[in-house]
Amino acid sequence: MAEDPEAVLQLPAAPAAAAGESLLELSPETAIPEPPSSVAVSPGTEEPPGDTKKKIDILLKAVGDTPIMKTKKWAVERTRTVQALIDFIRKFLRLLASEQLFIYVNQSFAPSPDQEVGTLYECFGSDGKLVLHYCKSQAWG
Amino acid sequence: MTDDKDVLRDVWFGRIPTCFTLYQDEITEREAEPYYLLLPRVSYLTLVTDKVKKHFQKVMRQEDVSEIWFEYEGTPLKWHYPIGLLFDLLASSSALPWNITVHFKSFPEKDLLHCPCKDAVEAHFMSCVKEADALKHKSQVINEMQRKDHKQLWMGLQNDRFDQFWTINRKLMEYPPEENGFRYIPFRIYQTTTERPFIQKLFRPVAADGQLHTLGDLLREVCPSAVAPEDGEKKSQVMIHGIEPLLETPLQWLSEHLSYPDNFLHISIVPQPTD
Repeated sequence: MAEDPEAVLQLPAAPAAAAGESLLELSPETAIPEPPSSVAVSPGTEEPPGDTKKKIDILLKAVGDTPIMKTKKWAVERTRTVQALIDFIRKFLRLLASEQLFIYVNQSFAPSPDQEVGTLYECFGSDGKLVLHYCKSQAWG
Repeated sequence: MTDDKDVLRDVWFGRIPTCFTLYQDEITEREAEPYYLLLPRVSYLTLVTDKVKKHFQKVMRQEDVSEIWFEYEGTPLKWHYPIGLLFDLLASSSALPWNITVHFKSFPEKDLLHCPCKDAVEAHFMSCVKEADALKHKSQVINEMQRKDHKQLWMGLQNDRFDQFWTINRKLMEYPPEENGFRYIPFRIYQTTTERPFIQKLFRPVAADGQLHTLGDLLREVCPSAVAPEDGEKKSQVMIHGIEPLLETPLQWLSEHLSYPDNFLHISIVPQPTD
């Protein structure tokens, strides 16, 4: 089955995970490079291009033995919260109520569930997208 | 880091006199007396209210007690925001003591995160510290620390131990001398007048020409409505830890001295009182 390169994330409805999706282990990702200094828009600030777009691109990457999502890249409204994203991934992966899900930015910290993804994109996005790692157990402290 | 320990101490030992009152609709077996407490500005509600919880549970039946939550004048108080920020944002213009209402029923799921235990506070706090260091040092300082150092930061905050906390935290406030400051300033700007929880963007402490950016520079860039025009009337107060720093104050200095223990500058923009 061909991988869907990009999709618009419609919350709260969520597509079901593809049947028979295997549990694959991802190799460790490299740290997100910092945005090039050429994107500085005014004194003291640096913002990724396309800052006026209503939606941002989020790349979701599995960690360890967490199931991989066939669709990795999603267009998400800036005002969506991290919790809404967690709920979406949980539904997509058909996780049990007892199973936890953690999301990490920069392979470093877990953002607060009420934080808006647009804020994370502005501070930690690069190359026009925000890379988030998701995991069923605590991966980075 | 500028050796200005008095400022750090004043920030750390800031307290808010608070009166906790049980919500009138809670079922009690006898009248619940109010409970008075000096709340540490730099801590979190769920970290310092064990005595409040015990006090009110004494007059309640066990079956009427579920997760405790707090509210001020109809606004549920987010436990994961520092206490000083909550006060500055919601109550800075009101008389002391701060009157907080205590609830054990009808948890406002839409407004608050659950806080099942102190581990949840620790996890949130450490995530904030890591986020701040990602901005300040590309995570290099926090990642080079040992687990016991992380624990010491947390225990220092939890047990109100200034020296224990700052022995470790000072490392997070260092930067290469040739750079004149952090990579970016970790800040969050809060307003009661907008739907957005807060504003957070990338902002460097030093301009391209080597000039230090000030609090005024930051506000003009990311929240211009907070800064009064030179000939205009002052409509907003810009507060950090209950004070209004001069807009000419260098951001780097503020970040080193007026950040909360999570290493963020939490800046409240509130309407100018009209008294």
